[in-house]
Amino acid sequence: MSKSNITRRGLIKTGAVAGAAGLTLPTYLRADGHSGFTNAPTGDTVTLGFNVPQSGPYADEGADELRAYELAVEHLNGGGDGGLLNTFSSKALEGNGILGKKVEYVTGDTQTKSDAARASARSMIEKDGAIMITGGSSSGVAVAVQALCQEAGVIFMAGLTHSNDTTGKDKKANGFRHFFNSYMTGAALAPVLANNYGTDRKAYHLTADYNWGYTTEEAVRTSTEAMGWETVGTVLTPLTQTDFSSYIAPVLQSDADVLVLNHYGGNMVNSLTNAVQFGLRERVANGKNFEIVVPLYSRLMAKGAGANVKGIFGSTNWHWSLQDDGSKEFVKSFGTKYGFPPSQAAHTCYVQALLYADAVQRAGSFNPCAVGEALKDFQFDGMGNGPTLYRGEDHQCFKDVLVVKGKENPTSEFDLLEIVEITPVSQVTYDAGIFGGELGACNPGA
Amino acid sequence: MDAIILQILNGLDKGSAYALIALGLTLIFGTLGVVNFAHGALFMIGAFCAVTFSRFLSVSHEVAVEGEVDFLGNQMMRDVPYIYDWFGEATGAAIIDWAVPLSIIFAIPVMIGIGFAMERGLVKHFYKRPHADQILVTFGLAIVLQEVIKYFYGANPIPTPAPSAFTGSFDFGALLGFDPGSIIYPYWRLVYFGFAALIIGAVFAFLQFTTFGMVVRAGMADRETVGLLGINIDKRFTIMFGIAAAVAGLAGVMYTPINSPNYHMGMDFLVLSFVVVVVGGMGSLPGAVAAGFLLGILESFASMPRVLDALPGINQIIIYLVAIIILLTRPRGLMGRKGVMEE
Repeated sequence: MSKSNITRRGLIKTGAVAGAAGLTLPTYLRADGHSGFTNAPTGDTVTLGFNVPQSGPYADEGADELRAYELAVEHLNGGGDGGLLNTFSSKALEGNGILGKKVEYVTGDTQTKSDAARASARSMIEKDGAIMITGGSSSGVAVAVQALCQEAGVIFMAGLTHSNDTTGKDKKANGFRHFFNSYMTGAALAPVLANNYGTDRKAYHLTADYNWGYTTEEAVRTSTEAMGWETVGTVLTPLTQTDFSSYIAPVLQSDADVLVLNHYGGNMVNSLTNAVQFGLRERVANGKNFEIVVPLYSRLMAKGAGANVKGIFGSTNWHWSLQDDGSKEFVKSFGTKYGFPPSQAAHTCYVQALLYADAVQRAGSFNPCAVGEALKDFQFDGMGNGPTLYRGEDHQCFKDVLVVKGKENPTSEFDLLEIVEITPVSQVTYDAGIFGGELGACNPGA
Repeated sequence: MDAIILQILNGLDKGSAYALIALGLTLIFGTLGVVNFAHGALFMIGAFCAVTFSRFLSVSHEVAVEGEVDFLGNQMMRDVPYIYDWFGEATGAAIIDWAVPLSIIFAIPVMIGIGFAMERGLVKHFYKRPHADQILVTFGLAIVLQEVIKYFYGANPIPTPAPSAFTGSFDFGALLGFDPGSIIYPYWRLVYFGFAALIIGAVFAFLQFTTFGMVVRAGMADRETVGLLGINIDKRFTIMFGIAAAVAGLAGVMYTPINSPNYHMGMDFLVLSFVVVVVGGMGSLPGAVAAGFLLGILESFASMPRVLDALPGINQIIIYLVAIIILLTRPRGLMGRKGVMEE
């Protein structure tokens, strides 16, 4: 039988000291900041959870996100050419993992369904010990997973999500978004549209009947109406719609001379294809050439629409043809490994993984509250979007926005969009309070 | 008035796809008594026959483009289809341009083969099982087929354009005395409607005017008696399964220029097509065709802004609403026969 050395007096003294320390310093600022929060890493590895659509309509986008995350893990662990670690303005990361712990990862399949995405994120947190969840290609999924991560006490680094709500009315203290949003699209796109098509235009909106569609329509309407455009019709289209001919036909009967397609993914491919089939590109209305606008472009999706994207304006978070050092480095690194240029989804996911790792390194702790503090109001550069601010009030990144146009003479299957303007960040910045919502308190979990 | 004409036209091409799929579904149900939930997948596979044939025609070798570099700074390479080398660039480009209509030749044997394989390999084992078992196994098969397609072709839609001769649109407005440009209708959709009418007519003629068709119709009415006459009705029904698969496949082939095909397109049509079959009347071929066009047209009207202003959301439920009304007033559907699925 073993004999315990613990005495009653010793226990009380130890407890008093520990209690005093606990009252005076938050857990994550204490020297042993690797405990007191969900999935605190105990060994020499740390596990990240990549929650991307591996099945469903956005599976190709999800596959590109996963490629980017695998590349990020390789670079964080000191492998490959280092990628954006070479150009990132913060030099906290040393290529030896995160805080000296080798980065490992698990993956989940969001299926682009909120309930499936929450289930896979929960599984990665509870069964695999993931300390951070990142990825996704839908605002509905992002909002749902962000809320789960808030409850579970882990950081959520959003993937491709464009709705204002993600960092607006549904924002959470544990959630962070690098991707731009609908408001920024409207603010960047409207002046370009006014310059190219004039200020006397009548717009007809077809809008996907879900959260992202609503915020995008509102943003583009508000911005274009401020430029003098009139909105003559808005129609919600079911998310499951495949043939948009019956929605395009009324456009012919209206006095509109611009059609705005607030659609993404398969909806965008089909509605744009149908609009072109019905001769809208050749149409003349109100004495002007009829125009089509696609507010949010994705190169992967544009490929599905083929030649129909030619000459059509939209916006995007990033494009591989950018010539800054960060973009060139990322394209070289990704292209060398996979044989084709990365998509905007791949870029934002790669950057989010590095930004998380850098924040942990700077905070000196994996505690989500420490990481959140390190990300708040963090200013950085060298990641492909120019100088960028992670705004503390809503955890939204603010950076330049790209206005693009479908390329008339593509030289390859990847060369579908051309950048027509890089809208400065000052033009797309807004007051954090306009979309409502509360960040609430950071939750470190267990 | 012009808006109404335009929505009728829209309904016709949508109805054409519904009618073609529902026709195949009804053929299989009427002959074999099987509720085939994999029929939408056959439509999707037909579309991917067009994609495959188009890619086959475009098999290329690379040639260096002088003075240009790719995104990594390496020598830019350009794909040149072998067909250009064999037939010259102009003829080769014309053949590739006509890939969708030409792929019909490729799709017919492929789809009949898939139909035979599906019936002999799987479906025949479920003839005497409850309809619920048939639905489960064919639905499972549909998911397998679409995942196989996704594995090879990815999840994104693949543009498969119509021949350039059909890329424009026809101005019915000018023809009918309305404002020019008020009733515009794409050429390819007219082609699709004509093609659907041709296929539907051919299937009816085959069943009505050939000895084979007469035996099949007799088998549909009384399988046991036809069997007692020494006719191998099972073999004929297997052939009908292949024909039904080919009809769905051809509907898919010709649909590719209307909407870029993706692995999920069969599921998008499947549920609607089943509603069409039920509304038309289980086992009724004319009912399936009539209901296909009826529901296609109604769906188009329900999407009109004036209708949506008066009845918000009606576009999302119109087909199911009509199905409920018809089933309440005519429980066997528009042209359903007594005794079908009533045991």
